[in-house]
This record gives sequence, C-alpha cells and structure tokens, in this order.
Amino acid sequence: MAGPETSPAEAILEVENVSLRFGGVQALSEVSFDVQSGEVRAIIGPNGAGKSSMLNVINGFYHPQEGSITFKGVTRRRMRTHEAAAQGIARTFQNIALFRGMTTLDNIMTGRNLKMKRNFLLQALYLGPARREEMEHREFAERVIDFLEIQAIRKTPVSRLPYGLQKRVELGRALAAEPDMLLLDEPMAGMNTEEKEDMCRFILDVNGEFGTTVVLIEHDMGVVMDISDRVVVLDYGRLLADGTPDEVRRNPLVIDAYLGTVRD
Amino acid sequence: MADAGAGTERPSGALDTFPKLLGRNARERPDAFALREKEFGIWQSWTWRELETEVRELACGLAELGFERGDRLAIIGDNRPRLYAAMCAAQSIGGIPVPMYQDSVAKELSYVMEHAEARIAVAEDQEQVDKLLELREACPKLEKIVYVDPRGMRQYDLPVLVSYAEVLEKGRERHRRDGAFWDAEVARGKGSDACIILYTSGTTGNPKGVVLLFDNVVEMSRRGAEFENLGPDAEVLAYLPMAWVGDHIFSFAQSYVVGFCVSCPESGATVLDDLREIGPTYFFAPPRIFENLLTTVTIRMEDASRLKRGMFRYFMEVARRAGIPILEGKPVPLRERILYSLGALLVYGPLKNTLGFSRIRVAYTAGEAIGPDIFDFYRALGVNVKQLYGQTESTVYVTMQPDGQIKSDTVGTPAPGVELKINDDGEVLYRSPGVFHEYYRNPEATAQTKTPDGWVHTGDAGFIDDDGHLKIIDRARDVGRLADGTLFAPKYIENKLKFFPQIKEAVAFGDGRDHVAALVNIDLGAVGSWAERNNVAYASYQELAAHPKVLDIVQECVSRVNADLASDAQLAGSQVTRFISLHKELDADDGELTRTRKIRRRFVADRYSELVDALYGGQSTCRTQTEVTFEDGRTGTIEAELRIREVAPVPALARAS
Repeated sequence: MAGPETSPAEAILEVENVSLRFGGVQALSEVSFDVQSGEVRAIIGPNGAGKSSMLNVINGFYHPQEGSITFKGVTRRRMRTHEAAAQGIARTFQNIALFRGMTTLDNIMTGRNLKMKRNFLLQALYLGPARREEMEHREFAERVIDFLEIQAIRKTPVSRLPYGLQKRVELGRALAAEPDMLLLDEPMAGMNTEEKEDMCRFILDVNGEFGTTVVLIEHDMGVVMDISDRVVVLDYGRLLADGTPDEVRRNPLVIDAYLGTVRD
Repeated sequence: MADAGAGTERPSGALDTFPKLLGRNARERPDAFALREKEFGIWQSWTWRELETEVRELACGLAELGFERGDRLAIIGDNRPRLYAAMCAAQSIGGIPVPMYQDSVAKELSYVMEHAEARIAVAEDQEQVDKLLELREACPKLEKIVYVDPRGMRQYDLPVLVSYAEVLEKGRERHRRDGAFWDAEVARGKGSDACIILYTSGTTGNPKGVVLLFDNVVEMSRRGAEFENLGPDAEVLAYLPMAWVGDHIFSFAQSYVVGFCVSCPESGATVLDDLREIGPTYFFAPPRIFENLLTTVTIRMEDASRLKRGMFRYFMEVARRAGIPILEGKPVPLRERILYSLGALLVYGPLKNTLGFSRIRVAYTAGEAIGPDIFDFYRALGVNVKQLYGQTESTVYVTMQPDGQIKSDTVGTPAPGVELKINDDGEVLYRSPGVFHEYYRNPEATAQTKTPDGWVHTGDAGFIDDDGHLKIIDRARDVGRLADGTLFAPKYIENKLKFFPQIKEAVAFGDGRDHVAALVNIDLGAVGSWAERNNVAYASYQELAAHPKVLDIVQECVSRVNADLASDAQLAGSQVTRFISLHKELDADDGELTRTRKIRRRFVADRYSELVDALYGGQSTCRTQTEVTFEDGRTGTIEAELRIREVAPVPALARAS
C-alpha cells in the first residue's frame, strides 16, 4: 500500500509520559507513543485498559496529571475540546453521539460549525455573505454524503436509521470538519460483517484520498491487523507494546495479556 | 420533419444512426437538455451540444486507445450520463456497445466478456473495475479498462487501467490534430450496421448476445414514440439496468430520436426520491416495482390516523368505480365525477405526488403478468398504466395496449409494423422491422429462433382473444400436463399466487405428477408489517416464514387461488394441493432467479429436489440444508425443518360460469 510513505515519517502527534488518574484509579500511567502523519494507528487492549481515556486525553476532554501532548508541533497540557477541534482533531464516539432528531444532512452540517465565520445575526437572517457561506458548507457536506454513499438518507432523521448507518453519519460529521487527524472510538462495534467491510473501506479511503491521519480503537483483531500501519497495545493503563501489526501479533506479552495464551 | 436536413452537410443525409441523430439534436436544439444526473444533491444537466462534445471527445479518445470499427465496447455500471455517452461514442466510430448487468458477479460477467471479446471496457467505478480485473485471465483480449469514477482507484497501478478524464483529454488532443476524423467516422455509419449487442439473461443455459441493427432500433423507437405521441418535452428516469433492452429503447434510443431529456438517479437507493423530484411523463417499470410501491402505500396507510385511513378507503372505492372510465373517456354519472374530482384533490393528487406519478402520461409495465388489482389501482388513480409485450429479439415492441383498449389480463394488440401469429403448438410468433439480426457468434441459436422468412419464435404460449388482444399464459415449454392429462400452466398459477401482497415468489410443480404443489416465498415487507401489528415476534426471514400463523395466511391465499382456478374448466384440475413456505428468499446470487428476477424453474426444482420429493411424498415435515451466497460473494449454509401444508381443492363447478 502506498499511503504513509509519502511524507517522510513526520510525527503529527506525540504523547509523552502521560499519566491520568481519577481519584485513586490510575487510568493511564506514563504512556508514550507517537502518531505519524498520514498513518492509520490503532490502539488496542482489553476492557478497561485505558483506550478511550487515551482518546479523551488526545482531544482535550481529559487533562492528564502528568506528561504532555504535542500536536502539529504545539505542546499542550491543558486544552479544551473545542480548541483541539479547531486545531484539526475530529472524533467519533463509542456510543453514538448524534443529534437524534436532526436529519443526516443537518448532523453533518454541524460538523462545519467551527468553519462558519459569519456572525449569528447574519446567519439567522440568511443574508448575503452568510448565505454564500452556507452554500459552500452545504456543498462540502454533500461531498461527504457522496463519499460515504449515504445520499438515500440525506433527509432522514438519524433516530430512524439503523445502527450501522448512524455510525457512518457520525463519521460523516467528523469528516465535515476537514480534520487533519481523526479519532475513531470503536467504529465497528456492533456491526455485521458487511457493515464492517464498508467501514474499513471508508476509513482506508479517508486515509488514502485525503491523507487524513487516523487513530482508532477497535476490538475486532482482524480489522485492526488489516487496516492499521502501526498498533499501540495498552493494558491496565500501561503501554504494553508498540509496533507494526506483525510485531504486535508476535509479541509474547501481547499474546499473554490480550490475544490469549500461546498454543503449543 | 426528420428529413428536413437531408443531404445538407453530411454525405449520408439519412438520420439512420444515433450519432447522426445526436448531431441533428445538437444542431436543432443545442441548449435543450439531453441528460440530467443528480450529483452532490443537485441535478446537473447536459445540453445536447455538451453531450455531442462529450461523445466526440470520448470517441476520439477511444480511437487513440486503439478502438477500431467493428470492435465491441463493454460498458458496465449504473445508469450514468457518461456511460450513455460511451454507448454513442462507440457507435460513432463504428464500434458496438455491449452493456452488461452491473449487479452481476465476476463469474457471470466472465461468459459475456469472453464471448463478446471486447478489447476495451468502460466501468463506472472501483467495484466494477475489480470485477473486470478478476476476469483478465479468462479474457486475454481485454486491453484497457476505462474507469469513470476515480474514487478508490489510487492504489491501483496497472497499465490496463486508464481514467475516463484521461481518455477525454486524449480525445480532445486528437480532435485538435485531426478535426475531420470524427465527422467522417460518423458519416460512415449506416442503418444496416450493428447498433448494440444485448445479452439476454436467459432462464436456461448461457446468455445469448442479441445483435440489433440501427435499422431495428431507430425504426422501432420512432414507431413506438409516434404511437404514444412522445414529444421533446417528455421526461424519463433511467433507473433500470442499461443492459436491458427496455432501458436501451426508453432511456437512450427514443431520447435521441425524439430529443427528450433523460434523468439518471443519484444512486440505486435514491430512485424513489428521484422519481418524485423528476416526475417523469413517460415511465417504465416491471410489475414488481408497481407492486412494491402499492405495498408501501398500503403499509403506510395502515399506520395512518383513522381519519386518513377512512378517507383513503372511501375515495379509493370511488376511484375503483369511476376512475378507469374517466381515464378512458367513457361516460360517467355527474355525481361520480364530482366525487372523483374531490378525491383527486384530497387523495389521488397527493398520493400520485408522493409516488412521483403526478405527470405521467404513459407508463408501461412488461416482463411479467401484473396483478389485476395492482393494475386497476393505478389506473383508477388516473395513472395511464398499460401493458406491453416484447423481447430483446423484437427490439422491445411486439404488442402494446392502445389508449382506451386496456385490459388487465391481455398484453394488447400488435405494435405498429408487427405481424403476429400463433402456431399449432400455441406458441406466439411475430415478424417486424424490429426483428434482431442474429445471436452474436451463435448461428445455431439464430436458426432455431428465427425462420428464414423472418418470423421469430417467442417461446411463449398464448392466444388471441375475440377483440384481437394477445393473451400470454406461460412459457411454451413450461406448459405441461398432469398425469391425468389436465392442462398445467405453472406461471399462470404462480402469478395468481404472487398477486397477493403477502407472497413474493412462488414456484409451482405438476408436470407429469398427479397433483400440483408449490414452493412459496413470503414477502418480508408485507408479512413483517402484519407481524408487527399482530405482535408476532420473529428474528429472521426463516423464522417468520415458518410461523404457523404466517402459514395460515399463505394457506388462505392458496385456497383463494384454487377457487379462482376452479372457475376455469380447463384449469380446474390444476389446483394447488400442498405447499411449503421456503426458509430463504429465492435470489439471483444463488442462481435461483435471473438478473431480471424470473424464476429459473429447473434449477430451483433441482436445488430443492428433497423439498419437491417431500411435497409429493405425503410426510408433513422435511429437513433441508441449503447453500447460500452472501452479497460479498462468500457462501454459507442454512438448515431448516419445514412444514408442509395441505390445501383442500375447490370443487370444479363451484363457480362455473
């Protein structure tokens, strides 16, 4: 595959010695890894290993007690989620977080929110510049709809959509923000094989066509090993292994902790 | 009028090919719309002039790739303006387009690709390219694959692939270099050239490539358009497979002949929305689409408020009494007329609008028999649905129903220019200007189907009724006899069963047996909705299909069909006595249906031989194991224990007339 080699291994995100505690619970301890620009990076680990916490730290929802996050060369310790979004990080959630009463199109349009420059009054009155701007955003949203092949549900309220499609709409909303880095929290959970294959294709296409860096958490090992360039393995909040899918698969610690015991 | 420009600038002035018709349209109505496609949520239009430019550049580009006069151009994908342009582009430089069914799997395509020996293929997107790449070993003649949509194609680095945009670019360059080339090539085309090869899906054996000449297609399109008074203001939605002759006539040929605009839907899943937005005036759909639409309406009405339900029921009753006579211009009492107008305001208008049928002037249904209830439903609403009988071999038209002479159980009178006769075996034969040239590279089949004096065997059994209308009962070779000699027309029985919304497919057996038995597929939409309303829980098609209450419903349908058959002296003996509700839906991916969704009877009988044995064996249950193909091409097996239900036959004289 000709994806990540295009830019010479430049780290878009560096996570250094991050530790996160909730009261007495140590969610993450001294985790360090990096994400290279244009790669598909997976984070795996058993339940409670700290995967979702890690994503939440990256997009500024949790603030680690120790350690630092460097995104596109800017190091930060405390950052709010909307600041992370403005920097070019978009995400989807383990439990779908869409506006259920709104249509697919409207949900995707909300992903353009940060890109809207006109003030509230102009938008409300739908005047001149606001109107042009709205049309540009609508056009972008339509490109996302076309990309994800969800034209048929453009005007359908998301609450009426099956789960697999809701996941796709959520991905659409994240893409509408034109992110540099996309965080996907279990994008394939609860999907059937066909839906999973579709989702894999969309993730690879996003990565390949737009060069978007993807960080994803996923439980389906087949999927992870197939589509990721590199894999981080967490266990009890610690970094257990880091490497290509093959290296990780052969790592005895990983086999022990996560993939099950070694067969003889 | 068509000859107005004869001999002015082109050596052969007759408008006898589509590229020449394109030239005329681009000259006479350059800014009128030729094609429309919904992309990024907006309808994008192409004028005739733009279309001509596109066709010219593409044709020159294909020539640059080495495409030569007489070459076949394989075309595969959904209905897209660029693929329609590719058809005309190939024709313009003397090539023959071969459109293929876009939902075929690679294995099915392989035969057609090998047989047509296409050197160049135009594919819509990555999905189709992948299938063609799979075939490369079997089809060494395939040199280039032109892909229209570049999405997902970045990781392919194969010399065999070239993008549509690149071909256009090459074509532009060629045209700049050699401006006279294309016009000269177009002028070389003549009516007796092959226009297109359409592979018939074939209920038995390998598909056959029907070669139609420009003379066939242009002539029949013109006659058909004149018969229905089609003008350049007609609107058509192109949503049926491009490989099917009907689409070729209605969405391509007649558009060129008459100059109307054809719209392509955004995607397969949005057809119903697009239908509503376009509001076609000229529409074609196989019965199953009319059925599905009616089922959707029925289901939604059942969920509507009581007031709406009441209104719907009342006014549909009015429509049933007065609608059809009004549509046909027959006298109707004033009171009924007023009620009908009120109904049009409150019910029919909004309903037709929802269905996208508000502007329809002519709608055809063909391919299968349509249920009389369904047919009458649309006609009562004021939608001018008519039946048409035809084949690929006849360039669609054999018989059609003239306005004012519409019957739900016949397919009409011979189309303009068509002669009809029934031979001693009851088989229908026809002769017309639309009769195909030959089956491509298959002279034996051609000789079997076409007599030396131009009559074509349809393979259908039928008769002409007292009003001169043709009535088709079944495939000639499927009409059989029970052991006691009673006439057995399986399709006739199956269609009667399928006319119930709860039954999606049925396969009847009985030839050489002592009674008739059937395999039945329930309709998941209709029965599922019933189950929801009646608190019947189910997890899968298989479970619902085997539910005792569902079996009761099917049994009721079968009894009513039996009562119907009992009223016909000839068919009273062929009542269905036993049936099984199948555990899976019959599917084209499993080879049980053709791509146009016709049952492959022998294949089904073979595949479910244990069930057929059980139907005639006397036991009340049967275990079975069936291999199924999933949409992604993998296979699996499903197991089931199926119940066999008995149905009491109705005495033959119960409703004798």
